[in-house]
Amino acid sequence: MATTAPTAAGESALSADGVSKRFGDRIALRDVSFEARAGEVVAVTGPNGAGKTTLLSILAGIQAPDGGSVSRPPDELGWVPQDAALYAKLSVVENLRLFARLEGVADVDGAVTRMLDQTGLGERAGEETSRLSGGNRQRVNIAIGLIANPPVLLLDEPSSALDPRQRERLWQFILGLTRDGTTVLFSTHDVGEAERYANRLLVLADGELLFSGSPAEFQATVGESHDFEAAFVRFLHERGH
Amino acid sequence: MRWLLIKDLQILRRSPLLVSLLIIYPIAVALLIGFALSRGPEKPKIAFLNLVPPGQATLSVGAEQINTASYANELFKSVKPVRVQTRKQAIDKVRSGEVLGALIIPADVVQKLATGLQPATVEVVYNNEDPLKGSFVDALIHSRLADANAALARKFKRIAIGDIGLLVSGGQLDLLGRTIQVLGLRQTRTILRAAQARLPRHSRQRAELARVIAFANLAISNLDLSKQVLGTVSQPVNVTRTPLQGAHRMPLDAFATAASVTVSLMFVTVLLAAGMLALEREEGAFSRLVRGLVSRGGLLAEKIALSAMCAFAVSLAMLVGIAAFIGLDYGRFSQWLLALAAGSLGFAALGVAIGGLAREVRAASLLAFLLSLPIAFLALVPSGAVSAGLFTVIKTVSFMFPFKAALQATNSAINGGGGLLGPLLHLLGLTIAFAALARLSLRRFA
Repeated sequence: MATTAPTAAGESALSADGVSKRFGDRIALRDVSFEARAGEVVAVTGPNGAGKTTLLSILAGIQAPDGGSVSRPPDELGWVPQDAALYAKLSVVENLRLFARLEGVADVDGAVTRMLDQTGLGERAGEETSRLSGGNRQRVNIAIGLIANPPVLLLDEPSSALDPRQRERLWQFILGLTRDGTTVLFSTHDVGEAERYANRLLVLADGELLFSGSPAEFQATVGESHDFEAAFVRFLHERGH
Repeated sequence: MRWLLIKDLQILRRSPLLVSLLIIYPIAVALLIGFALSRGPEKPKIAFLNLVPPGQATLSVGAEQINTASYANELFKSVKPVRVQTRKQAIDKVRSGEVLGALIIPADVVQKLATGLQPATVEVVYNNEDPLKGSFVDALIHSRLADANAALARKFKRIAIGDIGLLVSGGQLDLLGRTIQVLGLRQTRTILRAAQARLPRHSRQRAELARVIAFANLAISNLDLSKQVLGTVSQPVNVTRTPLQGAHRMPLDAFATAASVTVSLMFVTVLLAAGMLALEREEGAFSRLVRGLVSRGGLLAEKIALSAMCAFAVSLAMLVGIAAFIGLDYGRFSQWLLALAAGSLGFAALGVAIGGLAREVRAASLLAFLLSLPIAFLALVPSGAVSAGLFTVIKTVSFMFPFKAALQATNSAINGGGGLLGPLLHLLGLTIAFAALARLSLRRFA
């Protein structure tokens, strides 16, 4: 992936229009449309089986949609799968260098150094990734997704395998990216995490987009409640999910 | 312990490929072996062409008549003769694999046995598609021919003993419809002694001496015949070999070299290609790679190239190592390279097709191993060793996988047996076919 020019703040960075996907008789996504602006953090949330991973897979170009379209081609998006997709027998720096070359990054060494700095893994650059902790492997996983400096980063449940401390460090890192204009779209079933870090929520259930808006707008929809998670469950329940 | 067992069974249940393989593999092998043992011919089939004219199968040795047809039965004790009328029919049956070989009895065999002046020779025709088969046919025919020779030799010995007995003791000899009274050496001695006693010194009793002279002539004549008989006692019938494919007869160790190199080439390439492709999926990197970084076809090409290059280098090193011991012909080096390159590409394509089916490296390796071994085994089964129907199945299966073609190519490159172009084109076709199959399997590889 060649490095793409950053999108100006407030402009549309990524949009989906009527995306549908079916696996046999089961409808995984039904006519999903949304828009994410530059520098925005968008959380795709919903119960298990809602279609979160399917939506991200289609945005990332791993699966083709049965209907609808995505505004950006896959090679302009950074992709961070849920399970660390890297080579266990290669070191941190070897993994980064490999993917930088495959992405067609012009300054491979510069990109690798930048990602080692950003992820704080400089001291462990020469270690095989199989020896790293789950948190550090996930940081390398994200670093690979970011190596080509993409305008949009897609993360599939990025913090699900991390302890609270690692999770906090990960979010500090991700939020730092958005300050430079990178749009982050992540899936999570942790509604607290979505409320805390996202500017925009996409609530999916049974492949259907039930809500698109800010956490505050979501609160307004479900009514005042101190417990965001309880309000979320009530929201789904009221809509038959 | 119980819970661990249940857990492992659950894992197995969720690995349908592995479970299917574990179930289908032993059943398939058992069926194959059972079919071969139950349906295969009890005796190997040999086409038999007897060109001796009817009524001329009997030869006279001294006063005895020998019917050679009865000795042919010795040949059929452990082979099943398929009688044919012409040499062409015999050769066609060998070519088609219906029979293991053909035994041709020439028209002059009885005459040569009778005179003893020239060795009687029968012809064995076999398909030289692989030296294992040639060696098998050789051993089989030689064994049966040794039995027939032994039976003939026993008969000749009995005749010789009878003739010598007649010479020593005298008696009646039936020759050309006449009965001749043979005096015998003992009686001759008696007569000579008596004559000697009766005759005065310097007497000439012509009549008695004439009898002695006649006996001497007969003795000389019979001793000449005995020489001929004794000359044929060790090996009355010889054999000449006619291979149908390949201009020259290939030594078994030269073929073994080609076979061992091909087996190594197959295992290294197939295991490497299958494992390396499955690794992409096991590491989770596949989805990351194919979303724009590398095309699926490009990924397959890379795995095929990697495994083929590694296996090519390993098998070439192996071949050079073997050449140091048994002296292979370095003049054919460029053909070695061609055969190994084509073979490694064919096996690599098979490997990625297997790797595309498996989710994990271990499953891919197991699948590759379980598939490769019987393919190699089947490719070495010679025609005529099993029933015709089963051999057709074996031939079809062998044709669909690269081992047989790779073995033919390697054998041709190393030993000059058969043509090289055919196997190379076959391997090229299989490479394309298996690569296409692998590409299809990658559609479900996300």
